[in-house]
Amino acid sequence: MKSGGNLEAVLKAGHFAITGELGPPRGTNVEVVMKKAQPLKGMVDAVNITDNQTAVVRMSSWATSLLVMKEGLEPNYQMVCRDRNRLAMQADILGACAHKIPNMLCLSGDHQKFGDHPKSRGVFDIDSIQLIAMVKKMRDEGKFLGGEDIDVPPKIFIGAAANPFGEPLEWRVHRLAKKVAAGADFIQTQCIYNMKIFKQWIDQANDMGLTEKVYVLAGVTPFKSLGMARYMQKNVPGMDVPNHMIKRLKGVLKKQVASEGIKIACEQIEEFKEMQGVAGIHLMAIEWEHKVPQIVEQAKMLPRPQVPQEPQEPQEPQEPQEPQEAGE
Amino acid sequence: MIVGERKPLEEIAKMMQAYRKVLNIGCGGCTSMCLAGGQKEVSQLNRDLENHFQDQGGDIRIHELTIERQCNAEFFADLDEIIANYDAVLSMACGAGVQFVADRYPHKPVFPSLNTTFVGIDRDVGWYEENCRTCGDCVLGDTAGICPVTRCAKSLFNGPCGGTRADGTCEVDPDTPCAWYEIHKRLKGQDRLDLIMKVRPAREWVNQTRRSVIQEPYKERYTK
Ligand code: SF4
Ligand code: SF4
Repeated sequence: MKSGGNLEAVLKAGHFAITGELGPPRGTNVEVVMKKAQPLKGMVDAVNITDNQTAVVRMSSWATSLLVMKEGLEPNYQMVCRDRNRLAMQADILGACAHKIPNMLCLSGDHQKFGDHPKSRGVFDIDSIQLIAMVKKMRDEGKFLGGEDIDVPPKIFIGAAANPFGEPLEWRVHRLAKKVAAGADFIQTQCIYNMKIFKQWIDQANDMGLTEKVYVLAGVTPFKSLGMARYMQKNVPGMDVPNHMIKRLKGVLKKQVASEGIKIACEQIEEFKEMQGVAGIHLMAIEWEHKVPQIVEQAKMLPRPQVPQEPQEPQEPQEPQEPQEAGE
Repeated sequence: MIVGERKPLEEIAKMMQAYRKVLNIGCGGCTSMCLAGGQKEVSQLNRDLENHFQDQGGDIRIHELTIERQCNAEFFADLDEIIANYDAVLSMACGAGVQFVADRYPHKPVFPSLNTTFVGIDRDVGWYEENCRTCGDCVLGDTAGICPVTRCAKSLFNGPCGGTRADGTCEVDPDTPCAWYEIHKRLKGQDRLDLIMKVRPAREWVNQTRRSVIQEPYKERYTK
């Protein structure tokens, strides 16, 4: 085991996995975290904790990860390249692993222009693929990016994102291949609505042997409303919402749009379960956490598997240190 | 070429208000090429400042002199002769030129009248685009002559992010082409896509401290 975490164990055992998502609060309001975490318990194998998502300042991902761990949820700690240089990233990874956070997701991050500090200086010291490679080097070689040894390397299951719908389309599977080559253990995709394009992408990935090396979790976001569907179709770059989905939502009574949205999502999940190369789903029920139990139940994904964890090797007890002379 | 833009008149006037005799120095190099700090622009700025101070009732005299370049001592002879007559200097050169002037006359207050914006090209008359951030370790050979440091909003090195729009523009701005979309297209056309298929490792940033270049034939002259 690379991490000793639940998500890795579930995937390794061959179960169809599910991850959720939780956005930290814009303040120190711990109750909000607890409230969002509550409905996810027992419903997902791990939950992504976003990192200043959409470039808006929030409670840090690792701190929120620790809070949800106390609630018995396994976090997938997200890290973007926008806000940290390689020193800060490596320091945070060590800290996260010291606190036994078992998963992380490596992202470029939305541009700061979209957020609440649009004129901040974007860091982008390294990109997401270089971040994946850095974490792998830390874990597997026990070395910092700069080459020096790490005193007890971090154990972490390395995640990355993929968008099968961004242009140039033909490039997208190669980007996945680069992430796999860099060391990604699992992939969570962008929200999928265009099943045809997704199928083409995963078929390519299968043909290239990529899905044998990496677990792909298909991104699912149920539509809450017609407005949301239209917004995603028009305003979210890299998102592909086909017209027939909009039509289908239009075809039902207004108060039934939300349940129709969930129905669509569940039908998609059924397809993903059967699709070669798809190892699970990543359910992004944005600000809709309380609906997760219903969705997961309706998608026939309960109960979640309990995979016995392989015992972790006990860590060597540290030699007691000689008290240091003052002034050294 | 280095491209600059004149600062707002109010900002320049504010820097000048404490002085009675000011010399405004134009530059015949880049900033004259980009129509921001050459002879014509120096005269224009002086007229604007005079009008401004007339309205405000200030007592200030501003003279002008445009030299060939403000980044080489060779062109400063005329200036050396008259500088003593002024109590402040405005420079319409890029930031490098302004500093060169300030270093040469360390007892004179020196002020910039431009914002130095970027290293770029003429897209058309009066239309310039940034193309290089002088990173010091050029990767253009692998990226079809399109700079990912400058032209990708996230300075990515391993291909387009997930946000490239359907029409090939950048997620950050629908009017700006995605650098990586363009790189991919051009490399594909040249049948050289293999260049971007391999993971490009984290780079060493060599532009984090002040740099200087001493060319090979001069090494002996400048280093002991
Ligand atoms: S890679 Fe870009 S920023 Fe660096 S030297 Fe080349 S053109 Fe300039
Ligand atoms: S859309 Fe293209 S240019 Fe814009 S940030 Fe992404 S990769 Fe860079």
